[in-house]
Amino acid sequence: MKRFSVSTFACTLAIAALSFTGCKKDKEVLPTTPTGPTTQTGTLDIELDQRVGNTPLVLATQTYTTPTGDQFRVTKFNYYLSNIKLTRADGSEYVQPESYYLVEAEDNATHRLAIKDIPVGDYTGITFTIGVDSARNVSGAQKGALDPNEGMFWSWNFGYIFTKLEGFSPQAPTGAFTYHIGGFKKPYDAVRTVSPAFRNGAKLLIRTDHAPEIHMTVDVLKMLTGATTVRFATFATSHSAGPNAMLLANNYAQGMFVVDHIHAN
Amino acid sequence: MRRTIAASLAGGLAGLLLAACHADVTLPAEPVVPGAVLPANFPAPVYAPDANPPSAAAFALGRSLFYDERLSRDGSVSCGSCHQQAVAFADDGQRLSQGVRKQLGTRNTPALQNLRWKSEFFWDGGPKNIETLPLAPITNPVEMDETLANVLRKLNADTDYPRRFAQVFGSGPIDSYQLLRALAQFTAALTSANSRYDQAVRGEGGVVLTAAEQRGRTLVAQKCASCHATDLFTDETYRNNGLNASFEADSGRAHITSRVTDVGRFKVPSLRNVELTKPYMHDGRFATLEQVLAHYDHGVVASPTLDAALRPTSGPLGIPLTTAEQTDIIAFLRTLTDQDFIRDQRLAEQP
Repeated sequence: MKRFSVSTFACTLAIAALSFTGCKKDKEVLPTTPTGPTTQTGTLDIELDQRVGNTPLVLATQTYTTPTGDQFRVTKFNYYLSNIKLTRADGSEYVQPESYYLVEAEDNATHRLAIKDIPVGDYTGITFTIGVDSARNVSGAQKGALDPNEGMFWSWNFGYIFTKLEGFSPQAPTGAFTYHIGGFKKPYDAVRTVSPAFRNGAKLLIRTDHAPEIHMTVDVLKMLTGATTVRFATFATSHSAGPNAMLLANNYAQGMFVVDHIHAN
Repeated sequence: MRRTIAASLAGGLAGLLLAACHADVTLPAEPVVPGAVLPANFPAPVYAPDANPPSAAAFALGRSLFYDERLSRDGSVSCGSCHQQAVAFADDGQRLSQGVRKQLGTRNTPALQNLRWKSEFFWDGGPKNIETLPLAPITNPVEMDETLANVLRKLNADTDYPRRFAQVFGSGPIDSYQLLRALAQFTAALTSANSRYDQAVRGEGGVVLTAAEQRGRTLVAQKCASCHATDLFTDETYRNNGLNASFEADSGRAHITSRVTDVGRFKVPSLRNVELTKPYMHDGRFATLEQVLAHYDHGVVASPTLDAALRPTSGPLGIPLTTAEQTDIIAFLRTLTDQDFIRDQRLAEQP
């Protein structure tokens, strides 16, 4: 009973204060200005170069061969790249806010990620998630890259489709393969975070007057090879979170993304 | 409870004080958006009002969308086709519901009520957010069989929707974010908390339960509340309640989790408005509450994932209930019928 009257009293006071100011319509409200030193920032472009082994990915028409000799063509290759972090030599990090990108092989405009407002400094590493963190899988209506209208969302069993690889292979039982990979709950958590190394001690120098670029290759073959050798005859589909999605995610977490070089610009 | 009372008192005071500022303002008898005030006897919501602050225009927009057949591929069904207000937004008497081209769904249509308090939806918990939930029925081939892109195209080409969306969300084409947020304004408003039971527990208007209803209430608390818990009358878990020996036709929760321990488990439904939401169970197999209680008394079938609450250490499976107890329980269940909810004109399709 005590708590009841105290909170009522407090609420009444608060409301009274609110309505008091509410009556004084002409009262001037001073804008709040941020204090402290302004951090100087620069930009970074990440250029993503989709490949199959050593050759560029050409959708639909080009036939490729896996190391085990299966032939295939690719009609769709999409993936989410999210939660980008840049690391400095001292271990400190820049974490990009609202960091969600959908890369689609069929849409060249999505192959370049323009990252802004990075504090100037010397960065020695990059870390990002292939897919979407668990929180955003269940966060409700989303805009931008996470808009469910992008066709990368499972509505019957909630969650984003992290990566899609679709195409045709004469070895596949139906002639087609479909790998949709997602899942954020154990034991089928397919969220993978990777840190492709900057080669030969290269540094990413973020400056106010430079526009550096990380050139990354993204090798489709790495989804089909690695810990699990994917043969189209026996492993042609993944349609939900589950064991198949895990095998494919484990494969591509090992080396699908490689930092080829960094332009200082 | 105390906090809620304090909040509503404060709200009343705020209204009075506002009225003092603007003498010409008259307060409406009830809030324009239903469900905007949380019931005092409910636990904390999952989807609090401040996650999508109720507004009259957004709520009305969500209501129009809910009752709009254009959300389906051939314009034949709306959300309201299978979720009818008169039966707490379940599908009246239907074991399974008809989608486009008269296709039947695979599970009994659940009531839509008190969705603010749910973190997972459907009999299997596949959808996990009230805002994005509609994507499932819209795109399900046996329900609305439509694409999100097509729905947005239709809405943007409409003579009235673009203006109404712009009024709520600002100018620009209608996108999925706006569609889903508007729908959630309506679905989150579907609060059922004014049954005779509610009035009795809140001590409103001198409502008291009859002796039989009170006995039923005690029995439900003793024998049912381990699953049908709190004043929401569900603990939101997934349980195997002994309907089948095996679950080839529908594995339930395991369909989502791929775990063998979840085979045959289905979401515990609320008992609110249960008098109206027949038939019962995920497959609608029981037509009456009497049949449901008979199942728990002597119909429970053993299977590896059968819920522990239905496996007593001695005696037969299930929950023993005498005929008199069953009668009293049903008398109590009828006190959970919320006439205000099913008759609230603000929740009905508008002319």
